[in-house]
Amino acid sequence: MSLLEIENASVYYEHFQALYDINLKIEEGEIFACIGANGAGKSTLLKMLSGTLIPRQGRVVFDGEPIDHMPPHRRVELGISLVPEGRRIFPSLTVHENLMIGAYRNRKGPWTTDAVYELFPLLQPLTKRQGTGLSGGEQQALAIGRALMANPRLILLDEISLGLAPVVIKRIYEAFPTMLENGCTILVVEQDVQHVLTVATHVACFLEGRIALQGVPSELTGDQITAAYFGV
Amino acid sequence: MRRMAAMVTSADGQEYPVQVGGRTTKSIVMGVGAVALIVLFLFPLFGVTDWTRRLVEFFCYLAAAQMWNLLLGYAGLMSAGQQAYIGLGAYTVWFFADIVHINPLLCVLFAAITGAIIAFPAAALVFRLRGGYLAIGTWVIAEIFRLIFSSISQTGGGAGTTIGAAAQMAQTKGVDGWYSQVYWLALAVAVLTIAVCYLLLRSRTGLALKAIRDDDLSAESSGVNLWRTKLYTYIIAGAGCAMAGALIALYSLQVRPGSAFSINWTAYLIFITVIGGIGTIEGPFIGTVIFYALRETTSKYGTWYFIVLGLLAAVIAIWSRGGIYGWILKKTGFTLFPLQRRVGFGRSEKPPSPPASEGGGGAATV
Amino acid sequence: MDWVNTIVSGILLGGLYSLFAVGLSLVFGTMRLVNLAHGDLTVLPAYVALLMVGSAGRFNPLYAIPLTMVVMFGFGYLLQRGLLNRVVLKGDIIGVIVTFGLSMVIMNALQQGFTANSQGLDAGKIENLSITVTDQFAIGWLPLLIFLLAIVVITALQLYMGHTKMGRAFRAVSDDTDAARLMGINTKHVWAVAMAVALLVVSIGGVIMGIRTTFSPLLGTDRLIFAFEAVIIGGMGSLWGTFVGGIVLGVAQLIGAKVFGSPFQHLVGHLVFIAILAFRPQGFLAKTVTK
Repeated sequence: MSLLEIENASVYYEHFQALYDINLKIEEGEIFACIGANGAGKSTLLKMLSGTLIPRQGRVVFDGEPIDHMPPHRRVELGISLVPEGRRIFPSLTVHENLMIGAYRNRKGPWTTDAVYELFPLLQPLTKRQGTGLSGGEQQALAIGRALMANPRLILLDEISLGLAPVVIKRIYEAFPTMLENGCTILVVEQDVQHVLTVATHVACFLEGRIALQGVPSELTGDQITAAYFGV
Repeated sequence: MRRMAAMVTSADGQEYPVQVGGRTTKSIVMGVGAVALIVLFLFPLFGVTDWTRRLVEFFCYLAAAQMWNLLLGYAGLMSAGQQAYIGLGAYTVWFFADIVHINPLLCVLFAAITGAIIAFPAAALVFRLRGGYLAIGTWVIAEIFRLIFSSISQTGGGAGTTIGAAAQMAQTKGVDGWYSQVYWLALAVAVLTIAVCYLLLRSRTGLALKAIRDDDLSAESSGVNLWRTKLYTYIIAGAGCAMAGALIALYSLQVRPGSAFSINWTAYLIFITVIGGIGTIEGPFIGTVIFYALRETTSKYGTWYFIVLGLLAAVIAIWSRGGIYGWILKKTGFTLFPLQRRVGFGRSEKPPSPPASEGGGGAATV
Repeated sequence: MDWVNTIVSGILLGGLYSLFAVGLSLVFGTMRLVNLAHGDLTVLPAYVALLMVGSAGRFNPLYAIPLTMVVMFGFGYLLQRGLLNRVVLKGDIIGVIVTFGLSMVIMNALQQGFTANSQGLDAGKIENLSITVTDQFAIGWLPLLIFLLAIVVITALQLYMGHTKMGRAFRAVSDDTDAARLMGINTKHVWAVAMAVALLVVSIGGVIMGIRTTFSPLLGTDRLIFAFEAVIIGGMGSLWGTFVGGIVLGVAQLIGAKVFGSPFQHLVGHLVFIAILAFRPQGFLAKTVTK
């Protein structure tokens, strides 16, 4: 049984259909990348998985349990955690408090504030800093750390490289193996294909609300990916 | 009566006029409306009765409700303090009639002016707040007026005062003569407030107000002067409510601070507008009718009456935002006062097909 | 000496106002809801205590306070969860309309059940007990108690917001409701707890005031206005600001009563509020609100 199964899911914004008949399977231990141009539907996919949007048709099954109509806070309980687009750090909470909020649901697991500080040492000196006073890279690290505090089995990363310097992006990707070791499967959504394909074990390319290409990065050619990405 | 308001260009370069107006059986409605007006006008000639009193009150509530609706439904300002102007209007009548010795009927005009003048500094203060706090702010201002007038002995303090000049006119002209005149004045004021609302909303300011109602921030970024538009609305509402208060004072020949400045006014206006339908001109009509019917039949039950009012307003606000008229509008599209703006594609033309990647499109009604 | 008496009494009165105001501020801070029924919800606990005292034979209403607090906590939770959650974050207007309707319902239901007459809670000698400071100047025991309780409550709330899981949740939900949900916070529950805490707080003041003076269903209106004025004078977003605001209001009112006569007490308070709104609209201790 796959960790996550999406069957024939279609998602709408009012009358506008954003996802058409999506079929996807993610196994435990994968680093699954969803790539595609702006507006292709990748973020919509994450909204559906985190509970912000409910699919009008289709099913989403997590670890054998159907979650398509489950409210967001219950999904966190089950072990799905989202690092939102734009990070959404709580501005009036300190770095440390942001991490503690991540653990609101008290899921058991290896991730504690100490473990997060070990993974992202740049946060260590900032524990008492308020959420508003952080740089882009620091916020991203905090957002990921906060999501890890929920001890998820599946972590969803929404465009984490947006607005960050390549050096910073690289450092964040370097955290992936540790996350995997600690029992976390990773679904990462990116516009920037280059970096993410160096770490991904599987990739799905979105185009106008549909999956145009799926597979293992090492088995796909650059041309195939370009074609799927731009729809030529 | 389709007026061209602007031109709009579609994706393929064609130009279409924007027309203000709706699809209604216009001539029938205008005819019915004219007949109704004539009937109402002739009404007092059949003798002044209890119904005259009811109708005067009805016109006053209707006028005040239109003003409240203008504030809330279009400018997005919830005022819990329009009773300040209602009371001020009443006291202005007393002042100009009894102290300055002007014809009491003419004093309604002075009431409007006073309401408008006071509204200006009041707005300057109260607009520093937002939302619910703004509402309470307007309430505080009304309370201030109530307390002031309750303590000035020259105006009779807490017991209020009679409007001597009006009482005298009632005597000299005879009951029928006096009350008919007040009636006609009230009818005129009601028609005036409706006309002002309608014309305002059809104008450019009206579009500005609709934009504000839909989204403060995007209205401001598209160049709508938020503050000024809200200010003008508030001033007009102040003048309108003052006239309503003036008329009630003229009819009852007295003014008491406790009832003139009572928060119950706000309760009534909330009920009327919410139940009838916020943001339309027809809504307050329906709301006032229902309110009046309820009042005539159940107000002897005192507290239960208010409990029902409160519950109904809350329930409708949550579950049926458009009120009763909103429901009618959805089911039948029937409007007495067409205010929707449509792009005029002409009867035989189809709207241009929207670009492939967008959803929706076509003739969007504002 | 007379002036000292007035000012001290004003400060103590301000403590009461701030106790009421803190509830209003808490609800607004966590869910952007201005609860127009707030005033009536401060009168309700006095009636709850009245029912308890009445039905259980004559016992001192002071002992009814803890149980009343529990009842109001539960009531607040249910009220929020059952009704007011539907209007949170749906825009300013609907919240104001619904809570205004709620205010009318509560006020008139109390009138229906208990009549509009003033009632009292009899706590015996303590009502008139005072501490004599000098032979011209005494402080009432109950007013002092309320003032001290206000300080205790605000301190407790600050600690609660800053150091507990639920307090952090309040702040997170207030900062960014959607992100809070994504962290696993059940916003419906958190909002209900916030309202419950607010009513818990005001019930303390509500019952003690019921003991100290008389109460009637019509009191709610003024209490809402005083709470609101205290919040604005002190500056939004700060609990201690609300405390200061309450004190300014209390002192202003009593000085006004002393100089112009007691019928002018409330009016002077309103005018001072207007002056502050005109010249320092952000209040005395305003925090920069991030939204």
